[in-house]
Parts: sequence; C-alpha cells; structure tokens
Amino acid sequence: MNIAIVKYNAGNIRSVIGALDRLGVSPLLTDNEEELRRADKVIFPGVGEASTTMEYLKAHCLDRVIKDLKQPVLGICLGQQLMCSHSEEGDADCLGIFDVPVLKFIPERHEDKVPHMGWNTIETKGEGLFRGFTGPEYVYFVHSFYVPVCEWTAAKTDYILPFSASLHKDNFYATQFHPEKSGGTGERILKNFLDI
Amino acid sequence: MLAKRIIPCLDINKGRTVKGTNFVNLRDAGDPVELGRLYSGQGADELVFLDITASFEERKTFTDLVERIAANISIPFTVGGGIHELKDVERLLKAGADKVSVNSAALKRPELIDEIALNFGSQVCVVAIDGKRTPEGWRCFLNGGRVPTDRMLFEWAHEANERGAGEILFTSMDHDGVKQGYANDALRKLSDGLSIPVIASGGAGTKEHFRDAFIEGHADAALAASVFHFGEIPIPELKQYLCGQNIPIRL
Repeated sequence: MNIAIVKYNAGNIRSVIGALDRLGVSPLLTDNEEELRRADKVIFPGVGEASTTMEYLKAHCLDRVIKDLKQPVLGICLGQQLMCSHSEEGDADCLGIFDVPVLKFIPERHEDKVPHMGWNTIETKGEGLFRGFTGPEYVYFVHSFYVPVCEWTAAKTDYILPFSASLHKDNFYATQFHPEKSGGTGERILKNFLDI
Repeated sequence: MLAKRIIPCLDINKGRTVKGTNFVNLRDAGDPVELGRLYSGQGADELVFLDITASFEERKTFTDLVERIAANISIPFTVGGGIHELKDVERLLKAGADKVSVNSAALKRPELIDEIALNFGSQVCVVAIDGKRTPEGWRCFLNGGRVPTDRMLFEWAHEANERGAGEILFTSMDHDGVKQGYANDALRKLSDGLSIPVIASGGAGTKEHFRDAFIEGHADAALAASVFHFGEIPIPELKQYLCGQNIPIRL
C-alpha cells in the first residue's frame, strides 16, 4: 500500500512514521502534488500553530492539494483543526473541509488545565476509524483548541465540555488525539484507516 | 474523564539503563527500548528517559537512542538531562521525543523556558524541580540535591508556570529513595496554586503512596523508578488498585 504523509513544517512526524512502520507500512514523506495525488491514502499530521502552518501550506499550494484529494485522508491533531473552517488560534482561515470553527478551551474550574493533556476516553459509534470498538477507550490528547460537537463528529470526548475527538465526512477522517501515541488503541485506529 | 498518569522513569548512562532490574522475562534489561516497551505493554501512561551522562561526546548516543524509542514505543515520552539551550531541545524533538525536561539550565537561565514555549509550544516543556525542606521553607537544589540555590520552590514553580512551562515535575529530595511516600503537602500546594499539571516524584514505596499523591497531593501524574524496575509494584496491579480507589486510571 502506498501511504503518503504530507510534509510541512510540523513537529513530531517521526512518531507517525514509526507507528506505520510497526503496522508494516513504509510511508512516503512528501510535499509533491503528484505524489500526494497518486497515494492510496494520505496522512496529514500536525503539531504546531494554526495560522503560521496555514501560511506555510498556502505558500506551498498544499492547501488546495489537500482539499482536492479523493482518496482516504487522515488529519491528526492540528491536522484535524486545519481541516475545519476557521481557527481562533492566530485567527486563521483554514481548509474548510468541515464547516465548523475551532475554538479555544476556556477553563471553568481550577482542575480544567489547558492544554488538555493526557489520556482521556472517546465515545464512538464503532464505525470507520473506530470499527470494532464496543465501549469507551482511552487515547492520548495534547491540545488547547477544540472542534465543537457537530454533524461530522465521529467520536466525542468530555473535557470542560463535550467536543469532537474525531470527525468524518466522505473521504476525510480526522482525530484530535494522537493515534500514534495511543498505545494499542491507537494502533487499532491506524489499522482501521489503512483498511478503509 | 482525564486519567491520572503513571510514569516509570529510566536513568540512562551511555545509552543503557542504569539501575539494575530483576525482570526475568527481558532479554536485555539494559536496553532502554526493550524496558520501555515492556512498561508500555504493562500500561504505563508515559515514560521519562533521563540521560545522566550528558557529557558532550555522549549526547549523540542519547539522540540515537531517542530515535529508536520513537520508532518502537507507542506512548508519549519525555527526555531530560544535558539540555542547556534551544539547540538541544530541537535535536531531541527532531529525534522523536514528545517533551523535554529542563532543570538546572532553567534555574541558571529562566528565559530558556520562554524560548522553548515560544518555539515549540508549552506542551513540550517540562520543568523539573528538585526541592528540599530548609529552615526557611522549601528550597530548590541543583545537582541531585547537593547544591542549594537562592530560589524557593513555590516562587520558582510559579515563575516557570508564568514563563510557559507545560508541566512541573517536582522531586522532593527529602523523600526520594526513602520509600515513605511522596511529599504530599508540598505537592498539594503546587497543584492548587499552578495552572499546569504537576507530576509527583520521589518517595513511592507502596501502592497507597500513589493513591495519596493523587488524593492528598492533588497530583496529575506520579513518577517512580525502583518500585517498577525491581518489580516491587507491578504496573497492572497498581492501576487496578487505584481504579478500585475511584481514581480515574486508564486500564
């Protein structure tokens, strides 16, 4: 299987590559339009800041390329947020694949520390990325901004308020958490993506 | 609900784990990757790898090790030891570390915390503090508790928080290695006063000590070394116990 990872100025892509390697897939890290279009599946990872990352994507025409992809695409963390319409982080206009804004967590109690960091449970419908999931599962999150629950919510998590831990629309899949850092549960999610 | 974290800490010297372990089922307990993988399989929520050599020549060995950890282990990990400047942070993050922990370098030059937060985000910046009780109150120490500084624990933790630290890893030098429990009073004061998570370190000897760090110390995570390395407290048993104490734990 030909898996491409979108190459851009994001941190910690090595963990995503390592996780795929462990599933027996050697991904291609590329920002080349043709290579991304030809891949069977594309992963759009991300650790970073929304507005500077969007500027980088636009400057390299990757914004248009990602939006136009027809094969299954998986956005991770900042990747999920950039697939939405707009982010409060740096007041950035994003790709608009999911017509929903990205908002900043506002703590309500002392225990509501931001960033939301650590293992939290997701509630899923047992479909798509979460095929075979029958109950809540723990996955690893690190983020200060969130996507509200909306019509494309594929998994939900409660922290300060219920938010979208995962989105799905047509060929676009996304997770706010890091499947590549979520132990065995994360491996099952990545495997499900590879099997789509 | 956000789970409380259990974090084994591995000391690394020249790319090998330092403290002996008595895991009979490990081919090579000196290999940090193999030990890390075992802990990850047992349910550890995160790992900390502390480079205690940190001599200039041996940094390359540690960086190579970080690459191997990132390739083989599917839970988050923090690396520390020998981090003096932004260049060190960049090298370790590029190798695949999720977070870095800074200790004496931040005490000597607090701006390092601002720089890490600004360049890589607060979430990668763990500020480790070694504290000891003195007649004037809790004081920060350097070099494993041997060298006192002019900084007091709570003031320094607040400053680190303000400068952009993502977490505080607090080790009580009075409790470390004694196995009589964590410094819960100081922990609670830190946790209640800061807007970032606090990791308890130093003093774990029994499962109850972990419970107390979470319930009395209000810690977000608990770190330990020898009780895990010597199999005194198996992680699955510890997590089952904490779960039974109504502490949110990932099983």
